[in-house]
Amino acid sequence: MQNFTVHQGVVATLDRANVDTDQIIPKQFLKRIERTGFGQFLFFDWRFLEDGETENPEFELNRINVKGASILLTRQNFGSGSSREHAVWALDDYGFRAVIAPSFADIFFNNCFKNGVLPIALSEEDVEELFQRAEKGNPYQLTVDLENQVITDGQGFERSFEVDESRRHNMLHGLDDIAQTLLHEEKITAFEEARG
Amino acid sequence: MSDASSTAPSQAGATSQSTGSRTLLDKIWDQHLVHAPESGPAIIYIDLHLVHEVTSPQAFEGLRINNRPVRRPERTIATPDHNVPTSDRSLPIADPISRKQIETLRENCKEFGVQLFDIDDVRQGIVHVIGPENGYTQPGMTIVCGDSHTATHGAFGSLAFGIGTSEVEHVLATQTLLQFKPKTFELRVDGELARGVTAKDMILYLIGQIGTAGGTGYVLEFTGDAVRNLTMEERMTVCNMSIEAGARAGMIAPDQTTFDYLRGRPECPADFDAAVEAWKKLPSDPGAAYDRSNVYKGSDIRPQVTWGTNPGQVCSVDSVVPSPGDSTDVNVQKSTASALQYMDLKAGTPITEIEINRVFIGSCTNARIEDLRAAAAVIKGHHCSEKVNAMIVPGSGRVKLQAEEEGLHKIFTDAGFDWREAGCSMCLAMNPDKLAPGERCASTSNRNFEGRQGKGGRTHLVSPAMAAAAAINGHFVDIRDWDYR
Ligand code: SF4
Repeated sequence: MQNFTVHQGVVATLDRANVDTDQIIPKQFLKRIERTGFGQFLFFDWRFLEDGETENPEFELNRINVKGASILLTRQNFGSGSSREHAVWALDDYGFRAVIAPSFADIFFNNCFKNGVLPIALSEEDVEELFQRAEKGNPYQLTVDLENQVITDGQGFERSFEVDESRRHNMLHGLDDIAQTLLHEEKITAFEEARG
Repeated sequence: MSDASSTAPSQAGATSQSTGSRTLLDKIWDQHLVHAPESGPAIIYIDLHLVHEVTSPQAFEGLRINNRPVRRPERTIATPDHNVPTSDRSLPIADPISRKQIETLRENCKEFGVQLFDIDDVRQGIVHVIGPENGYTQPGMTIVCGDSHTATHGAFGSLAFGIGTSEVEHVLATQTLLQFKPKTFELRVDGELARGVTAKDMILYLIGQIGTAGGTGYVLEFTGDAVRNLTMEERMTVCNMSIEAGARAGMIAPDQTTFDYLRGRPECPADFDAAVEAWKKLPSDPGAAYDRSNVYKGSDIRPQVTWGTNPGQVCSVDSVVPSPGDSTDVNVQKSTASALQYMDLKAGTPITEIEINRVFIGSCTNARIEDLRAAAAVIKGHHCSEKVNAMIVPGSGRVKLQAEEEGLHKIFTDAGFDWREAGCSMCLAMNPDKLAPGERCASTSNRNFEGRQGKGGRTHLVSPAMAAAAAINGHFVDIRDWDYR
């Protein structure tokens, strides 16, 4: 897994609540058997017009000043619905390293940490303030510091954020969960033997 | 609809053993703890791992790259369901990419020694239908699958939830999962359901009450007389949609109904009576505390229809399409307005005046034999509206066989309904079964997201009886007034 320490990048906004994983990566792209190459299909039905090729000029990610954005700012319950990890793979492959929202759906939140994409939950008020700042910035940049658990824009916005210590540790060092768990293999074997 | 949710869903609760009066969740958790560190997630043992073709190829690939075997292949079962055609199975799959995905599952199962119920096996079907019907799903188990509707299996008093593909790989490699212990949320439904009101209406109503994020960070436990009185298949319908309320898992304590359903199923324990004695100890102790409890009255629930683009946007069949102005919350106003636009509905329209042109009866929510019987009871003696294209897709090969033994398929086909092979089908429209842009569908599935059943398609979630009645009339009708023939 790619590690995450400090990341500075352009913020793209997506001003919708309850964005589900069917929207993040529509089902017609789930047939691939690889982990890579999903970025081109991210938000496909919103991003492209009927022909599936022409960018929809109304869609926020197609704005000129967010090209190359690597931080997504959005509303509550992001990533709801289907458990498809393809949603995180698509965000990652498109170039997003962090997602900021007031809340996340459970499985999506978990999947992010498995792929080195950092989900950051801030209060509704802080998210609203970031939306306003992003609206004025052209482009608007944020720095996400996982080491110190701080997020800042260098122009007066600075907030700390919470993340579980074990997840933070794994992400800082890009550690693989399976290898970590297999350190406890004796316990798994003992458990299996005890149950017969 | 409320959207209250915790900000860091998976971090709630302790990981260690509980003491004193324990809930059903506490007991299952304690029985599966392999390792509970001071901080961070626990390692819990997984009893049953269900695998399908869409969320597993990258996990098997990961095993290959790292030269890891499947630790317990006998605790793993696989079936293709999402991507399979529901038309003639003797023909090759037309879409080369779908075909590749299904072949990949076949090869992976062979290479890693995992049992596969393939397309030509009567046991093939939607994973959440075949686990229970073959008796793999049992009380007290931990069950996972790379699929959010794994919550279905919680109907047996097991802890069952969906996981991502990285976690699928983790379970394949270690037979365990890293988990923070979730909080518990009791949803109690007292009294009785009125005639014509089904388990589907109960769960849609509850989602409407707590919102699509109301259960985030929790395991739901459904209790109360109205839940106790449900059959096993109805309980599965309820638990299935826990994820639509934001909860990873939903559960119902095992009781005589559970044991009666399981007795005689092929994969049940050889010493069934001893197993029952152990299962009887699982229900929450008297006085065990839930982190949250809500109480509802069964008699308040009427047949439900979703009008919007998430399952929380739901109302009773005898009411009208809501208006953004009904709420004072700007976020709710915005999402109502955008849902009405996508659904092409006007606020104030009576639900029974909404015309439909497609019907889908199927999915892991409502494609079991009782669902098909309920649909058949409505359809018998009637005919599908000329304006409506209606399809019925059984949840598994066994369900299909049973329905045909009972002659249900004759009732369907005589009435102009399309009777198909088992699979997920138009629940997610990954195979050729899909809505065209602008088509409007009464569906017994679980998600009404934009484009879920086909780009530009519009989905209204309902019970099987309500879907059948809508097919006959070409618009929604209140099933409580139905003319059963
Ligand atoms: S029937 Fe639908 S919800 Fe159920 S497993 Fe299949 S695609 Fe998922």
